[in-house]
Amino acid sequence: MSALVLDDLEKSFGGLRVTAAVSLAVEPGERRLIIGPNGAGKTTLFNLITGELRPDRGSIRLFGLELTHIPSRRRAHLGLARTYQIITLFPGETLLRNVTLSLLGRSPLRWNPLVRLDRQEALAADARTALERVGLDDLADRPLGQTAYGERRRVEIAMALAQSPRILLLDEPFAGLSIDERRDVQELLAAIPRDVTVMMIEHNMDVALDFAERITVLHFGRVVVEGTRAEVVSDPRTREIYLGE
Amino acid sequence: MNLWLVLAGNSIAFGGLLFLLSAGFSLIFGLMRIPNLTHGSLFMLGAYFGTSLIAMGFGFWPAAIAAGIGVAILGGLIERLLLRRLPGAELAQVLVTLGLSFMIADLCLMGWGGDPIEIATPPALRGATRIATAAFPTYRLAVIAVAVIIAAGLWALIDRTRLGAMIRAGVDDPAMARVVGIRVSRLFTVVFCLGAGLAGFAGVIGGPILSVYPGLDQDMLPLALVVVILGGSGSLVGSFVGSFVVGFLYNFGQAMLPELAYVVLFLPMLVVLVLRPQGLFGRAAA
Amino acid sequence: MRRLALALSLVGLAALPFWVANDYYVNIAAQILLYAVFALGLNLLVGYGGLVSLGHAGLFGIAAYAGAIFINGGAGHFLGILGALAVTVAAAAVFAVLALRGTGLGFVMITVALGQIVWGVAYRWISITNGDNGVSIATRPSPFGLSLATAAGFYWATLLVFVAALATIAIFVGSPFGASLRGTRDQPRRMNALGYHVWMIRFLAFLFSGLWSGVAGMLFLYYNQFVSPQVVALGALAEALLMVIAGGTATLLGPVAGAALVVIMKNVASAYIARWNLVLGAIFVVIVIFMPEGLVPGSVRLGGWAAGRFYPRDGEPARRARQQSGA
Repeated sequence: MSALVLDDLEKSFGGLRVTAAVSLAVEPGERRLIIGPNGAGKTTLFNLITGELRPDRGSIRLFGLELTHIPSRRRAHLGLARTYQIITLFPGETLLRNVTLSLLGRSPLRWNPLVRLDRQEALAADARTALERVGLDDLADRPLGQTAYGERRRVEIAMALAQSPRILLLDEPFAGLSIDERRDVQELLAAIPRDVTVMMIEHNMDVALDFAERITVLHFGRVVVEGTRAEVVSDPRTREIYLGE
Repeated sequence: MNLWLVLAGNSIAFGGLLFLLSAGFSLIFGLMRIPNLTHGSLFMLGAYFGTSLIAMGFGFWPAAIAAGIGVAILGGLIERLLLRRLPGAELAQVLVTLGLSFMIADLCLMGWGGDPIEIATPPALRGATRIATAAFPTYRLAVIAVAVIIAAGLWALIDRTRLGAMIRAGVDDPAMARVVGIRVSRLFTVVFCLGAGLAGFAGVIGGPILSVYPGLDQDMLPLALVVVILGGSGSLVGSFVGSFVVGFLYNFGQAMLPELAYVVLFLPMLVVLVLRPQGLFGRAAA
Repeated sequence: MRRLALALSLVGLAALPFWVANDYYVNIAAQILLYAVFALGLNLLVGYGGLVSLGHAGLFGIAAYAGAIFINGGAGHFLGILGALAVTVAAAAVFAVLALRGTGLGFVMITVALGQIVWGVAYRWISITNGDNGVSIATRPSPFGLSLATAAGFYWATLLVFVAALATIAIFVGSPFGASLRGTRDQPRRMNALGYHVWMIRFLAFLFSGLWSGVAGMLFLYYNQFVSPQVVALGALAEALLMVIAGGTATLLGPVAGAALVVIMKNVASAYIARWNLVLGAIFVVIVIFMPEGLVPGSVRLGGWAAGRFYPRDGEPARRARQQSGA
C-alpha cells in the first residue's frame, strides 16, 4: 500500500487553476522531492494534503484512508506532520515549550485545565528528546526570540518529528539558511528513520538533490516530469522549465 | 393605511439620513479596515457646530456645509496625528477611535451643555407636501433628495474619477495597490476626511428631525454599524441599500414592537454576519 | 520569595477594613476587587486567547439583570445566583457561536453588536427590565448567617471571590489547556495542523471567561443592590476593555492593576475632575499609542527597564499592583 496517493487533484482560485489534475503516489519510506518554479502550486499541494484547502475535485489517500472529508486537525492524529515555508513558531516561549506544544497536540492532556503543564515530566522528557535529535537540547530553556534563524528552522523540524509522523511534509526547509546551517539540516534529514515517509518542497535544487530519491516537477499546477533523481535531472523538460524562467 | 404610508415615508427619510452617516463609515472601513467608532461623535459634533453657526446667523445649508468641512478637517487631523502612528495595527486604531469618541462626546457636553438643542427646519421647507393620499413633511422629502444627490455624487467620484479608482483598488487589495504605486497613506487621509465630513454634514441635516443632544452619538453609531455590516463594507451600493433597510427596520420596529426595537434591528444583522460575513454586497474578507 | 510576597499581600488585603478606617474607601476597595474579577475573566479571552471582546459587559449585565429578576421573583439568593450564572453561561455560549464566525476585527464587531443588543433589550424591553429605571433588590445575602450589609462584610465576601477567581484562573493559565489557548492566539493555523481543535478551545475559553463576567455581575448587583442599562452601555463596554489593556494583557495580575486604575479614577478622580469621559478617552488613546503593552509593563519600559516576557508571572506586576491599589 502506498503511503500517500493523490488522484486527479484539482484546485482553482477564481479563474486561476492552481492545481491541475495532479496524480502521484509516494511509497512508504520514500524521499520525494517536489520542485518547480514559483507559482507552480507546490505549497498549495501541501495545503491540500494537510486539509487547509479543500480540493475542487480528486482524492487524497493516506495509507489507504480517504482524507477528503477529514478535517485538517484530525490529520495530525493520523500521522501527518508539516513544516512551513515561513517559520511559524510560538514567539515568547522557550524552545522546550514550543516542542511541548507540538507533542501536546495529539495528547488528550491538551484539554486538561487543572494540572500544571510544567509538571508533566513525561511530556517534558519527550520534548527534550525531540530537541536532542536536532542538536538543540542545550538551548531547550532559551526563549525563541533569542535564537538564530537556523536554530529556529531546526526547531520547526523537531516539532514535526515530535509528532511521530508517518508522513512528513517539509516546505522549503533550507530557505534562508547559511551554508553551515544547511549542512546541519541536511544531516538532520538524512538521519530521519525509514519508517517516516518524507516529501519535500524545495526551490533550490542544489541543496535538495542529494536528499531526493524520486522527484516530481510541477509547472503551472501540473505534474510535468516525474521519476527517479537521475531520470528527472537528465530530462530535457526539466531544464526547459527552469531555464525558461 | 395612511399610517403605513407616513411610516414608510419616515423610514425612507431616515434611511436617507443614515446613508449620509454610513457612507463615510463604509468607505473608511472598506479602505482602512477600521470600524471608525468615532463616527457617531463626529455626526454629533457636526450637528453642534451647525447649531452654533446658525445661531451666529448662517443659513441652514451654509451651516451644514461649513460644519461638514469643519469636521472633515478634524478628521484629517485625527488620521494624520493619531491613526497614522499605528500603521497596520487595526485593533489599536479601533481602540483609539473608541477613546476619541469619548473625548469628543465630553467636549461637546462641555461646549454646548446638557440640554437638547433644536435645529429649526429651514423656512423654505416647512410644512407638508401631499403625495398620494398622505401628507409628508416637506423637509423629510428634502432629506431624501439630498441623500440621493450625495449618493450620485459619491458614485460618480468612486466610479468615474482617478481618486475613485484608487479607492476601489485600495478596498480590493491594499497590498497590491501599494505595489502599483498608489499613495495609500495619503488616500487614507483623504477618505477619512471625506467620511468625517459627510458625518458632520449629516449631523446638521438630521438636526431638524432628531435635534441635538448628548448621547446622540451613541444612538447613531450602532445604526451605522448595522448598515455597514448588513450592506457590506466598502460598498456604496451596500450602504445605500442597507441604510433604507435599517431605516425601515428601525421605524417599523419602534412603531410596532417598541420593546424589541433593538432586537428587530440587530437580529437581521446578526443573521447576515453569521451566514454571509462580508455583508450583502461586500467582498469576502481578504 | 514570591510565595511570601503573595501571602503578605493577601494578609494585607484581608486586614484592609482595619487599617482603612473610612467606609468610603473600603467600598472602593470592594469595587476594585469585583471589577478585577471581571477584568481577569475578560483577559482570559483578550490576553491569553487573542480575542478582543467589546461585548463582555453585556454578559456582566445579563448576570446582574437575571439575578435581580430571579431574586425579586422569590428565588432567594442561592438559587438566584445559580440561575444568573447559568443564564450568563448560556448567553456566553450564544455570543461565542456568533462571534467566532468572524476572526480578528470581525470578531470585535460582532461582540460590539451583541453588547448593543443587550443594551437595547435592557433599555427597551421595559416589561422585563424596567428600562431606564432599572431593577433593584432589597437585600444582600447572608451566607452562614454573616451579614454582608456592612462595607467590611461585603468587602470580605468580595475578597474571597476575588481570591477564588485569581487562583482558578492562575491554575487555568498554567495548565495544558491554557497553553493550548495561548497557542491558538499566536499561531492558529499551526495549532490546527498540530491537531488542536481551535474553535472548540476558543469556545470553551469564551464560556469560562463569560462565567467570571457573570460572577462579577452578581457581585455588582449585590454591591449596588441595583442594576440599570448604564451597566451595558457603550461606555461600560469600553471601560471593561480599558481595564484589561491598561493593566497589560500579558500578565496574570495586569488586569487587576487595570481595574484598580479605572475604579480609582472613576470614583476618586471624578470628585475633582468633572469630565470623566474625557479623561477615560484620553487615557485610552495615550495607552494605545504609547504603551500598547499596557500601563504596568509600559511604565516599566518607559522607566528604562526592559520587561516583556509573555509568561504569567506574579512577581513584578504584583508588587506594582499592590503599590497602585494603595498599600
